[in-house]
Amino acid sequence: MLKIENLHASVEDKGILKGINLEIKAGEVHAIMGPNGSGKSTLASVIAGKEEYEVTKGNIVFNGEDIEDLAAEERAHKGIFLSFQYPVEIPGVSVTNFMKTAINETRKAKGLEDMPAKDMLKLIREKSELLEIDRKFLSRSLNEGFSGGEKKRNEIFQMAMLEPQLAILDETDSGLDIDALRIVANGVNKLKSKDNAVLVITHYQRLLDYIVPDFVHVLYNGRIVKSGGKELAHELEEKGYDWIKEEVNA
Amino acid sequence: MSKYTEDDLREELKTKEYEYGFYTDIASDTFPIGLNEDIVRAISLKKGEPEWMTNWRLEAFKAWKEMTEPEWANVNYVKPDFQAISYYSAPNSKPKYDSLDEVDPELLATFAKLGISLDEQKKLTGVAMDVVVDSVSVATSFKKTLGEKGIIFCSISEAIKEHPELVKKYIGTIVPQRDNFYAALNSAVFSDGSFCYIPKGVRCPMELSTYFRINQAGTGQFERTLLIADEGSYVSYLEGCTAPSRDENQLHAAVVELIALDDAEIKYSTVQNWYPGNSEGKGGVYNFVTKRGLCEKNAKISWTQVETGSAVTWKYPSCVLKGDNSVGEFYSIAVTNNFQQADTGTKMVHLGKNTKSTIISKGISAGKSQNSYRGLVKISPNADNARNFSQCDSLLMGNECGAHTFPYIEAKNKTAKIEHEATTSKIGEDQIFYCNQRGIDTEKAIALIVNGFSKDVLNKLPMEFAVEAQKLLEISLEGSVG
Repeated sequence: MLKIENLHASVEDKGILKGINLEIKAGEVHAIMGPNGSGKSTLASVIAGKEEYEVTKGNIVFNGEDIEDLAAEERAHKGIFLSFQYPVEIPGVSVTNFMKTAINETRKAKGLEDMPAKDMLKLIREKSELLEIDRKFLSRSLNEGFSGGEKKRNEIFQMAMLEPQLAILDETDSGLDIDALRIVANGVNKLKSKDNAVLVITHYQRLLDYIVPDFVHVLYNGRIVKSGGKELAHELEEKGYDWIKEEVNA
Repeated sequence: MSKYTEDDLREELKTKEYEYGFYTDIASDTFPIGLNEDIVRAISLKKGEPEWMTNWRLEAFKAWKEMTEPEWANVNYVKPDFQAISYYSAPNSKPKYDSLDEVDPELLATFAKLGISLDEQKKLTGVAMDVVVDSVSVATSFKKTLGEKGIIFCSISEAIKEHPELVKKYIGTIVPQRDNFYAALNSAVFSDGSFCYIPKGVRCPMELSTYFRINQAGTGQFERTLLIADEGSYVSYLEGCTAPSRDENQLHAAVVELIALDDAEIKYSTVQNWYPGNSEGKGGVYNFVTKRGLCEKNAKISWTQVETGSAVTWKYPSCVLKGDNSVGEFYSIAVTNNFQQADTGTKMVHLGKNTKSTIISKGISAGKSQNSYRGLVKISPNADNARNFSQCDSLLMGNECGAHTFPYIEAKNKTAKIEHEATTSKIGEDQIFYCNQRGIDTEKAIALIVNGFSKDVLNKLPMEFAVEAQKLLEISLEGSVG
């Protein structure tokens, strides 16, 4: 589904990603771990197509198509979803209105008519029940005055509504207490299928107790320096990142 | 060669003369440029006005001559040469174009985006219309319904002739002739405008819109509106049009006077979309408007405005809360793009006891534009328990525009409660990227953010108007983020 080859990216001429190779197939869950400043969030933004980041070398191939020249919205239309570490507020725009716009813009890009209001309501009801979201919440302004947990649940709700092929969860666990973490992780697990894939970006192992990865990659200094199964996450939790740094620098 | 008799010659000369005469008649209906007493008299004469009206105009003209153009607004422009303007031009009965093909395609594209019907497009651009039956019949049935309720809705020229007692009683009582430079000018030379009277206890059954007014053509650059809601009545009045208005007149100085007698309510909504000039800041309309309403006991006036057009806007719809328990409201969205300048806001003058006012102002600046809110809340010594709530929010797009807030408060009564909130925000790249990532392109993302920002005011507009206004906001800001 996603194939990243020798990816180099920089922001304001400062190189951050220095040759990433990663392949994700349908039905898989991958985790990217690494110390602060290793380039984890940059990788998420580059895949999603944030303009400030410049791809200087390498390719991002999604379902056989080079996507590094596509605009962020075009990548979204193709089924890439990013759950933001810091979701932004848009005052006066309700969650429902925002989702309606997002779904219809995506449909428009595919040459489809707007989703009929009846179907939209049905979809909202279905997904909010699945994720146990109070529907009053959906009439509130997007992320305005939301608690940390509400913001992250809202991200997962949007993921449920948009049904992406590839969902990238950028530090979804940050700022969450253990209950909120469990709710969010359960949501992701319910949405997982053999046709989609999840890329979890996290600093800590604890989220991976709930969203169990098939592969764990360690990102350090703009490169994936180690890959393994889920047991690698446990090892990192136990030993920290220093031994990885030493291994790399040796 | 057939014979050409004396009779034939006479016949031909007759028709030729008629044609020619008709033509010159129209041409001579535009006055020479310049302004003096004779011109003021001539305007009044042309319109067949009674002597009291002529004198009223002359008084205004005398006052105007002594006045100087105000400079306190936060706008920069080349002052108009008032002696280089022609102050009267008869309504043009000749169509400007023969078909829509001749009209500026850019304008037509905008119409299409706004969802304006072909017939309406023709009407707005001045294309000859074959099918006028529809609009005439609509207007006729409309007039009939209003007539049954005793509502008067006509042009101000008609009102001066048909209802002189009402006009004489109220004109200039809210905005006196010498109120300010532009009001004085308007009082001297106003070309036409609307008049509306709602009798006691009558609830006007429909939104009154200038669009439906018969004989609305050519109200010109100095429009005068007088609206009287008698005791216990209600009216919702819509002014303007979301369709872009291209006008050769650079200077527009309108006056609107509202009178809400005891227990009456007036809701006055405006969408203003005059030509703002091109993207380099050339051309565009100067819009200097005086709008004021008076509230008697328990009366209420709401001003709602969406201002997207004009090169320079200078406009402060105000309420004088004279009666006890009266209520004034001002809801405004002002959008400026490119080189537009807007200095707009309101005045709430609390005279009566327990009077209440609310001000919600949303300013959106893009391009190199300057957008100022200027508001006065005045509580007089007798206005016990007066309350005001003001909220002024500014949204900036890009780094070259400006937003300014000038709130003035004069409270002379200790029991007054005045609240003022102000925010300034910028559409952030993070907000745009967030929308992009959900599949929403940048243009649509800006529209979404701007509409969210303006929601409190858009909600105050009548339903159909709100939908059009929303589209208009999108179009006004198109291409404002590179």
